[in-house]
Amino acid sequence: MSEQIKVPTMAEYAAQGKQPEVLFFVGCAGSFDDRAKKITKAFVKLLNKANIDFAVLGTEEGCNGDPAKRAGNEFLFQMQAMTNIEVLNGYGVKKIVTTCPHCFNTLKNEYPELGGNYEVMHHTQFLKSLLKEGRLKVEGGKFKGKKITFHDPCYLGRANNEYEAPRELLEKLEMELVEMKRNKKRGMCCGAGGAQMFKEPEAGDKDVNVLRTEQALETSSEIIATGCPFCMVMMTDGVKAKNAEDSVQVMDVAEMIASAEDL
Amino acid sequence: MQYIPNILFIIALVAGIGYFTLNIRKVIRNIKLGQKVDASDHTSERWANVFRIALGQSKMTVRPISGFLHIIVYIGFIIINIEVLEIIIDGIFGTHRIFSSLGSFYGFLIGSFEILALLVLVSVIVFWIRRNIIKIRRFWKSEMKGWPKSDGNIILYFEMVLMILFLVMNATDVPFQEMNNGNVVSKYVASMFSGTPEGTLHIIERAAWWLHILGILAFLNYLYFSKHLHIMLAFPNVYFGKVVPKGKFKNLESVTNEVKMMMDPNIDPFAAPAEGATEAPSKFGASDVMDLSRIQLLNAYTCTECGRCTDECPANNTGKKLSPRKIMMDTRDRLEEVGKNIDKNGEFKDDGKQLLDDYITREELWACTTCNACVEACPVSIDPLSIIMEMRQYLVMEQSSAPAELNVAMTNIENNGAPWPYNQMDRLNWKDEK
Repeated sequence: MSEQIKVPTMAEYAAQGKQPEVLFFVGCAGSFDDRAKKITKAFVKLLNKANIDFAVLGTEEGCNGDPAKRAGNEFLFQMQAMTNIEVLNGYGVKKIVTTCPHCFNTLKNEYPELGGNYEVMHHTQFLKSLLKEGRLKVEGGKFKGKKITFHDPCYLGRANNEYEAPRELLEKLEMELVEMKRNKKRGMCCGAGGAQMFKEPEAGDKDVNVLRTEQALETSSEIIATGCPFCMVMMTDGVKAKNAEDSVQVMDVAEMIASAEDL
Repeated sequence: MQYIPNILFIIALVAGIGYFTLNIRKVIRNIKLGQKVDASDHTSERWANVFRIALGQSKMTVRPISGFLHIIVYIGFIIINIEVLEIIIDGIFGTHRIFSSLGSFYGFLIGSFEILALLVLVSVIVFWIRRNIIKIRRFWKSEMKGWPKSDGNIILYFEMVLMILFLVMNATDVPFQEMNNGNVVSKYVASMFSGTPEGTLHIIERAAWWLHILGILAFLNYLYFSKHLHIMLAFPNVYFGKVVPKGKFKNLESVTNEVKMMMDPNIDPFAAPAEGATEAPSKFGASDVMDLSRIQLLNAYTCTECGRCTDECPANNTGKKLSPRKIMMDTRDRLEEVGKNIDKNGEFKDDGKQLLDDYITREELWACTTCNACVEACPVSIDPLSIIMEMRQYLVMEQSSAPAELNVAMTNIENNGAPWPYNQMDRLNWKDEK
């Protein structure tokens, strides 16, 4: 069965002289990484279901610059930022939602000084607000009672102090949340941040994602939930490295809600 | 002749405070070698941090055992120092327990000091056991060999000896014991001296009194040479700590200007710079301590090497060479080296060394995931991550020496707007993929 998803672009909106309620900044991983594309689609399904008037930049979107900046290339970061800001400001964008904490952090914290002032939300915050306003309903469905642990993405948690939005969504799914020893403020990185995603790790006795996955497996949860496409890659690889893919799934919070609703 | 003790006391006091002042001025001079930074924003939040994090020790208690013990030592240190005031007045004027005329209030004060002294003594002994017997991992990392290891123990010995001297001084003070006002702990110590002739007791009391105040002055002067400066610098350091979201990294203004120029179609790229135009900065990022900000250098002097940062660092947890604590220790060591160079030559003479490579290796810098765990863990708001970032900026923008895979990712971003080699025109293809 082919599932119909509606993904309008800003260009289409502008051609009709209209302004969407929110811009969905998809990000590089969300656009190109096979696993992350599933998160993107799951989130779009939720947006469609809630009848949200949204649009994407599509081919006019470019990397927000986070990996360049964290790798030390401030020039490239600011080039990316200003190019994106020019496009966003050209469309008069006011509100942005992202499924990636790195896009979220950069757009929210580092774009304003460069002329890009928007209300930026992480998708877990956005979904939480939809639930609160009654525009989206979530029930436990097939996840009810299952054991789950949540891996805090550094750029959502420590970087921006958002620990509760994803947890509140999981609560709505009526799951049994088992915290890892290192959670929230003291949560441990998956190993992808600071442009590590794009390079081999330095010599050590273990990979960061494997250590973090071991901590998640200690909770004996059936699902490791997260809210970041890079954490997704790292934790999925970690689960494979521990040969646990038959017993544990790694899922984005948005995917879980979409799948609970059978979207 | 009878004034000799008073004179000796004044000499010791002036010498002790004088030498300390001299060294603190060096600390201030060295910090001023860093770049100026505007921290006039968020004033109320900064003060709130000083009350909560520095005075209130809110981050210490994240680790409950060491946090609790530290609070005892911290309160003890502050309160018992009221007693030093009496000692100084007695020392200068040759009086004995000048405040004892306060009666029962004096008893209350001294009683509190004695109880705190005992608690501090016990806490410090537990600290020593944690360091040397239990061998808690973070005190035994590779950067904690040699001086840093001895330093940690010397401080504990100092505190043990000072507390014991204080209690012995009270215990052997015959008039004070006879007064029986506030000697809540020392009376038990005094019973150990029962049978000792009064003359001997007096000699012990005088010896303990002198050693106690001389010990305090010695400890004060030891601070400059040790990691223990945090007992003073923690307060300004917390004030100047980061007050924006941890994920917000500084945008380099010099780069902004250049990028804006590049993107402005009205600017003639070949135009000669206007007369008197401000020059481009000589350097992007940091390769030595002078490139860092004054706050980062203050951070380095404030670090007390507790290692909570390193203990939370994912790179360090997985055996990589990076240790945020070592970043701070290296920064201070290099800064002191530069300071000594200035002492010797009057101004800084190039010594062929720098913070990068001679202290902090590239391998350490590239192992960081920028996760902010170290920044969150620091009980006194030190930001090792900002130093790592500025050194990466130097490596990439001045030396073009990023790891090869990162250069590939950056080229991709530059050409296709994504770190992977996909065409920007394919960015919306996911919509129609099954």
